[in-house]
Amino acid sequence: MTDFAIVVAIGIGTYLIRLSFIGIVGDRAMPDWAMVPIRFVAPAVLAALAAPAVLLHDGDLAISPATNPRALAAAVALLLAWKTKNVAVVIAAGMATVWALQAIL
Amino acid sequence: MSQDRSTRKRAFVDGVRAFLPLVIAVIPFGLVFGIVAAGSDMGSWLGGATSFIIFAGAAQLATLQLVDAGAAGAVVIATALVINARHLMYSAALAPAFREFPKSARIVLPYLLTDQAFAISVVRFGEIEDPVYRRWFFTGAGLGLWVTWQIFTVVGIVVGAQVPASWSLDFAIPLMFVILLVPTLKGRPELIAAIVGAAVAVAAASAPYGLGLMIGAMSGVVAGVVAQRVMP
Repeated sequence: MTDFAIVVAIGIGTYLIRLSFIGIVGDRAMPDWAMVPIRFVAPAVLAALAAPAVLLHDGDLAISPATNPRALAAAVALLLAWKTKNVAVVIAAGMATVWALQAIL
Repeated sequence: MSQDRSTRKRAFVDGVRAFLPLVIAVIPFGLVFGIVAAGSDMGSWLGGATSFIIFAGAAQLATLQLVDAGAAGAVVIATALVINARHLMYSAALAPAFREFPKSARIVLPYLLTDQAFAISVVRFGEIEDPVYRRWFFTGAGLGLWVTWQIFTVVGIVVGAQVPASWSLDFAIPLMFVILLVPTLKGRPELIAAIVGAAVAVAAASAPYGLGLMIGAMSGVVAGVVAQRVMP
């Protein structure tokens, strides 16, 4: 499958999801069995997206700042995101932590 | 008729204005996305075009990340659509209001249905019932975000093309996910969903076809559902 086909398929699928109740299902309420799991999709997916990129180094779990500066930088980012909710501040602090650790080590 | 037109204009401007405070969050996100797209295997053109074709930041980032990691096409598509499944909730919540709109608006406007447009509109729809006002308010809020997202994707791509790989800017992707994650942790079941999702995704990272993310995400969802049932 070409990358272009992948992107178009996701684009169409995403549009159909957005259209779903507005244009297709009508305004029947969403059943509970669907509503409950969907509540947990965002936290589960976002954590699953972030964790391997942050905690794995060459495929192995690495949380020491010496071998994997990203783990500590992500912890800093997590704390700041919780405290400030400011996207620019969190990105800047996270990147600065990685750069500082890379420079020191 | 002239009153109708003034309502439209006022509603549209109100929608744009309601979106403006969110610009502070959308601009750096768009910039980071553009920078990441410029450095991705998909490249600036197709990576950047996802802002137009998909128009959902987290799913766009995940798509680039999975393609870079060599995941199978079907897995990339399925994962991105799971990430966007939350829009089902938004669509269901707004459907009664949208039923009063002309058919063309019901077909076009869902394209602009984002986390932000939903959050802004659901509040205003609770205050104002006029369908004309609602339609143009949603259009203003949705287009405000859309235009901002397109512009800063392009700016990010231009900037990103100048940034050397040694700057580790790919780390901005997990940072964005962390920023998006935090506000979703509204209660203990959500926290458990996130912890289980993270742990399983790490453990399953070497699963074939790039399925690790999906396995992690599904485990997290199940853990959240169970936690909600078990916990008081």
